[in-house]
Formats: sequence, structure tokens, C-alpha cells
Amino acid sequence: MFTAFLIKYAEIGVKGKNRYIFEDALVQQIKYAVKRCDGEFKVYRTEGRIYVEALSEFDFDEVVDNLKTVFGISGICPVVYVEDEGFEKLGEDVLKYIGEVYPEKDKTFKVCARRARKNYPLTSMEINSEMGGIILDNCPKMRVDVHKPDIMLHIEIREKIYIYSNIIPGPGGMPVGTGGKAMLLLSGGIDSPVAGYMIAKRGVKIDAVYFHAPPYTSERAKQKVVDLARLVSRYTGPIYLHVINFTDIQLYIYEKCPHDELTIIMRRYMMRIAEKIAQDTGCLGLITGESIGQVASQTMQSLAATNEVCTMPVYRPLIGFDKMEIVELSEKINTYETSILPYEDCCTIFVAKHPVTKPNLNIIKKHEENLEEKIAELVETALKNDELIIVR
Amino acid sequence: MEVYLDNSATTRCFDDVAALMTQAMCRDYGNPSSLHLKGVQAETYIRYAKETIAKALKVNEKEIYFTSGGTESDNIALIGSALANHRAGRRLITTEIEHPGIMQAMKHLEEQGFHVTYLPVDQNGVISLEDLRRALTKDTILVSIMHTNNEIGALQPIEEAGALIKKVNPNALFHVDAVQGFGKFRIYPKKMNIDMLSASGHKIHGPKGVGFLYIQENIKIKPIIFGGGQQSGIRSGTENVPGIAGLGKAVEMIYTDLEAEVNKLYGLKQLFTDGVTKLDNVTVNGLTGRDSAPHVVSVSVRGIRSEVLLHALEDRGIYVSAGSACSARKPQPSATLKAIGLEKELLESTLRFSFSVFTTAEEIDYTLQAMYDIIPMLRKYTRH
Repeated sequence: MFTAFLIKYAEIGVKGKNRYIFEDALVQQIKYAVKRCDGEFKVYRTEGRIYVEALSEFDFDEVVDNLKTVFGISGICPVVYVEDEGFEKLGEDVLKYIGEVYPEKDKTFKVCARRARKNYPLTSMEINSEMGGIILDNCPKMRVDVHKPDIMLHIEIREKIYIYSNIIPGPGGMPVGTGGKAMLLLSGGIDSPVAGYMIAKRGVKIDAVYFHAPPYTSERAKQKVVDLARLVSRYTGPIYLHVINFTDIQLYIYEKCPHDELTIIMRRYMMRIAEKIAQDTGCLGLITGESIGQVASQTMQSLAATNEVCTMPVYRPLIGFDKMEIVELSEKINTYETSILPYEDCCTIFVAKHPVTKPNLNIIKKHEENLEEKIAELVETALKNDELIIVR
Repeated sequence: MEVYLDNSATTRCFDDVAALMTQAMCRDYGNPSSLHLKGVQAETYIRYAKETIAKALKVNEKEIYFTSGGTESDNIALIGSALANHRAGRRLITTEIEHPGIMQAMKHLEEQGFHVTYLPVDQNGVISLEDLRRALTKDTILVSIMHTNNEIGALQPIEEAGALIKKVNPNALFHVDAVQGFGKFRIYPKKMNIDMLSASGHKIHGPKGVGFLYIQENIKIKPIIFGGGQQSGIRSGTENVPGIAGLGKAVEMIYTDLEAEVNKLYGLKQLFTDGVTKLDNVTVNGLTGRDSAPHVVSVSVRGIRSEVLLHALEDRGIYVSAGSACSARKPQPSATLKAIGLEKELLESTLRFSFSVFTTAEEIDYTLQAMYDIIPMLRKYTRH
């Protein structure tokens, strides 16, 4: 019965002169999302509202699921619209709407009318009371509750008349693309896809980099990262995934540096490489899934040591989250099942039994000097062989 | 150079098999249950496959049932016969090194109130007949023993076990999972007292998704899949005609010159084991030579995790397996390797190399050379 969706957006509404930029971006993102659905749709902005109107048959659940992935949407209202053929006819239409959406007809309700077209013969207040009367007369089990109604029945008088009562929560946030671009360090674990999701939610476009270490990590591990990127791209739009072959760098560090500092030094090089790609591709920051104290390389001291190599801001949206909270989010965005597939990532293969948890930056730097002979060349080779996968 | 040494996981389809299957899909695509000519033509493929398999096993064609593969054959044999015979007793016997198709079906039967004895194996992966004798009781209704182990190539004393079972308890049924053994050995159920036997198409250069179950004529079995009553009601569902045709063709081809091919395989295996054991701290698990399967070699490489060596070999175009393919997606150590008492450190450092009629001596040499290069290099970098 529903033929359109009214899209509510919260935060964008309070923007000032820039508001249209956000609204246009949101329309773009919605178009991108409904493109994935069967059927034809018109997405348009009018009078401070965004509508998604179906021009053909469509699958309601599919459209709602896809709209739920569009950042910037705070609510999705399935709408019935009717032609204005007089108030009496509108009464019939509203009763039909109630009959179909609430077949039990036993809810408390409140009518909430709004006139965008001010030449309509009744005022909003008059519509509220008249329509309330019609409903009460025809549905003996329905009662009015103006404070906490079960149903908030919206009637909007525009060129056509829109009826809706249900608001499906959207993901919130801001439309992707309104906040610049950042480079996500994607590992294949649980955390990094969630970190990407969280930053994208603030309107940031995401590129990603994955460090591949064949033969120590397998093709399947790489495929898993591509799969994760694809799941995240449902929310973020297409992701440019850079696959960097890290094996030679890793083995060189292994040869030249103390093994308990391996992970820290490795991560410092990952950050350096990620930042280089980020700079070359117009990213304004790096994103990691780190959370304080989760593992040895994520203590305050370790974070300080890895952070030190970057001049770009490093965004760590999960920094104060517990593992369980991150798991919950990953389940919500549907990446958990893929994240827990048992393919080793390059951070764990040579990990020492007791890696340093409180690295001393001066000592780390001293040990990195052991790498001077070949490391610049190895990094350059890795960057040169960057494999770009466009994930959508 | 591409060297495929994962033939225990699956094999390359014979070209003639693929051609026959195309014909069965595109020309003679009828439903074998249909009354018209198209149906009769399709049925011809099934009849021919049945004859071929029955001939290879020296059994009656009526005793061959087509399934979706080894796992389904195992499930029908175990669950179907346990359900049909539960009044005679609730004891089942199997071994510790069976394929999951047997293990999980047994676990399921345990949940249904059956009691399962798991026979241990020695360091070579072979059961003891004495253990089997002790486990057999008068309320044992079924014994299931794998013919050839998929991970280390161990062979079980099937003929002796068959004779023993029928001597101690003639009513106990004997099932043999011959997925790895069929196509490598001549197996004669009647002579070996085997009541049921499972085999699969894609391990013998046939297609995936098809296999067969031999069920001796007088055995009572309850179906576990219900439908249109095809294949005497034991396995309902329209027959997979192209698959069955391909399976039949593969059986015909593999058994045409079996002894010569198997001799060649044993030669390759010897070449490989001799070469690989030249490396320090590299050991071959289980028996070698004629006391083992001709096509499987399990190799433990101390100090290198199997997955790493696997990918390093892959880099050179050599495809092998860590444990068995069916369990490679799960990170738990193999039950077979544990059962033969392999030390813990080697459980995760074991690779399986498996050969087929397509394998050449040149490929073995190439693989050995790759291992001589790679293993010392990988050993330089280890986890501490």
C-alpha cells in the first residue's frame, strides 16, 4: 500500500547556509542506496523534505533495509499519498489507512496535521479535531491520547496529501562525502571495519589499506578483507582498497630488530605507509580500530609510539570502547561473522610471546636505525606495488 | 609450472567424463522417470553407470544407489541402518580416524541414544583386530571402518575385519567408507564381508556432487530423505543423471588399467618420500610403500607452520593441503594426526601431498626442489 517514503534528517536541519550541500549529498546517497533495490524510484527534495517515491512495483523491506544504510537519515516514514478530493474523501482514505496498518484498530492516537498549502479550507487545528472525530466515530476501540499516543497520525497537505504514522529509525549521522576523505587501516579483525563505519557515519568518505604478507597470510585472508570492505561499503559507498605487500619489510624488521619490539616497529611502518598513500590520494586523516589497552600494541605507550610517525591526524573512534561494545556494533553492521573467520593477519604471524607493552620511544627509534640500509627501498617497492581494488 | 598435489581433496575431471556429462545435460536431458523416449534415453546413462560400478565391485547392479557424494552415502548407511535395526541392539563401532561424514553421523546417533565405540589406532593409523574383537558384542548392530585414511593414507585390515565381524556377530552390519580407497584398490564387498560401501565421484576424476552407496541386497535400511520414491525409496529425488553418467565413466576409465596406474603412483610416492626425508627434521607420518595408500603422503616439517609452507609452495604453483581439505577451514588440529599420537608441535606443521594419474615424476622433482629452497629459508623466521 505504501508508495513513498518521507526521509527525516535531524542534524543536517540545523546547519546554516551550508544546509543545501548536506541535503544534496543526502539525496545523492539515497539515490545510490535505492539503485540496489528492484524497481524504479524518484528521489527529490521539496519544501525542506526528502521523498523517495516508487514509480513501479517494489519490495518494501528491501528498500527500508537499504535506506537504513544511508548516513544522515534519522527516520524513514512509509507514506501513503492521495489526491485532494475534498475532506470527506480524505476521511475515507485515513480510515482505510488505519484499517490496513492497524487491523486491530485498538490503539491510542493523535492526529497531527500540517498545511504546506495554506489555501486548504480547514486549518491544521480544524483538521486535527475533525479527523479525530471521524476516527472515533468509525473505530470504537480507538482512543485519543494527546500526550503519549501509540500512533502519531501525520496528515500533510501539500499538492497531494500525505498520510504516515510510522517512523523507522535510520542510522543517523551525516551524508557520506560531506566531510572529506580518510584512510582506514583495515586488518580483517573485528575492530577496523567498525572504526571505518563510525567515521563514515560523520560524513567522511573512506579509502582503505590492507597489509598482506604472503606466504604468511593467505589469499583467503585477503579475500576476507575485501569481503569486509564490501560490507562496510554498504554504508560508505565504494571503497578504494589498497593492498600492500608487507612481507619483505616484516622479514627485514625481524632480522634487524629485537623480537619483542617487532609489532610496534611493524605498526610504525604500517602507519608511515598508510599516511603516504593517504597523502597521495587526498585523504585528510587516518582511521584505526585501536582501543586503549586491548593488546600490547594498543597501550597508551604503544599508541604514542605508533602515533609519533604520523603528521596527519589519526582517528581512533573505538578508543574508549570495550571489546564487547565493539562486537555488538560489528554485529549490527553485519561484519562480525566475516571478521571471525580464522585466517591469520600479518600482525600476528611473528608476534613475540611477550611483546613490549610499554615501549620506550627513544629505544624504538634507536633500533629502527638498524634498518637504515634497506628500509627506504623496501617501503618504496611496497608502495610501487600497491594493488588497488575498488570495492563496491 | 602448475603442480596439483591435492588429489585427496579433489581431482581433475577426465575430459571424456566431462564430454559425456555435457551430452547428458544438453542432448539427453530427460527425466529418467518419464515414460517417453527422452526419459528412457536418460535412464540408459544410469543403467550403464550402475553396470560399470557393479562390475568393478563384483556385485549386483540392484545393490548400487546413487547419492550426492561420500558424506551422503555415509549418512544413509549409518543412520539408515541404525534406524532400521535399533531393535536388535544399540551398539555401533567405528574408529578414531574417520572422515567427518562418519564422525558427525555417529555423534548424531549418540544423541539418539545409540552407544558408539571408537577404536584407537597405532602410530601408523591402523586399528587392532584384537580391539575390534573386544568391542564386538551381541548387541552390536553396525561397524564402520574407513578403507583408506584421507590424511595419512593408512590402510585398514578390511578383509580381516569383515571376517572377524561375521564370525563374532553375524548380525552386525559392516560399512566401509571407501571414498579414498575406491579407484586405487580392487575392493570386492562379497568376498570381504562388506555390507555397505561408500564412494565418491570427484576423488576418481569424476564430477563433484555425486557418489554411490553399495547396499547388500538383504540389508534393511530406512531412508533419511523422503520424496518421489526413486531408487527403491532409499534415495528419493530425481537422479543426477549427468553426475551419475560422469561417475560411471570415471569408474570405467580408472579401473581399465588400475594395476599399472597404481604401480606408477607407488613409484611417485617412493620418489617423493625418499626426496623429502633428505631434509633435516622432516618426517613422513604413517607407513610408506605398499603398506599404505599409493597416493597420500603426510609430511611434518618441524618449525614451520603448515599454512605458511602451503602458501610458499603455492607461490611456486604447487598446490597441497594442510591436514585434509575438509578441515582446513577450521583452525583445529586434525583428529587423525592426534589419534596417531603425533607430537603437539608437529600437529600444526603437517602437510598432505596427494597424487593422481596426472602426476608426473617431473612434477615431483620440481616440488622437492621447491621444498629444498623454501624450507631452510622459512626456518630462519620463526615465532618466539
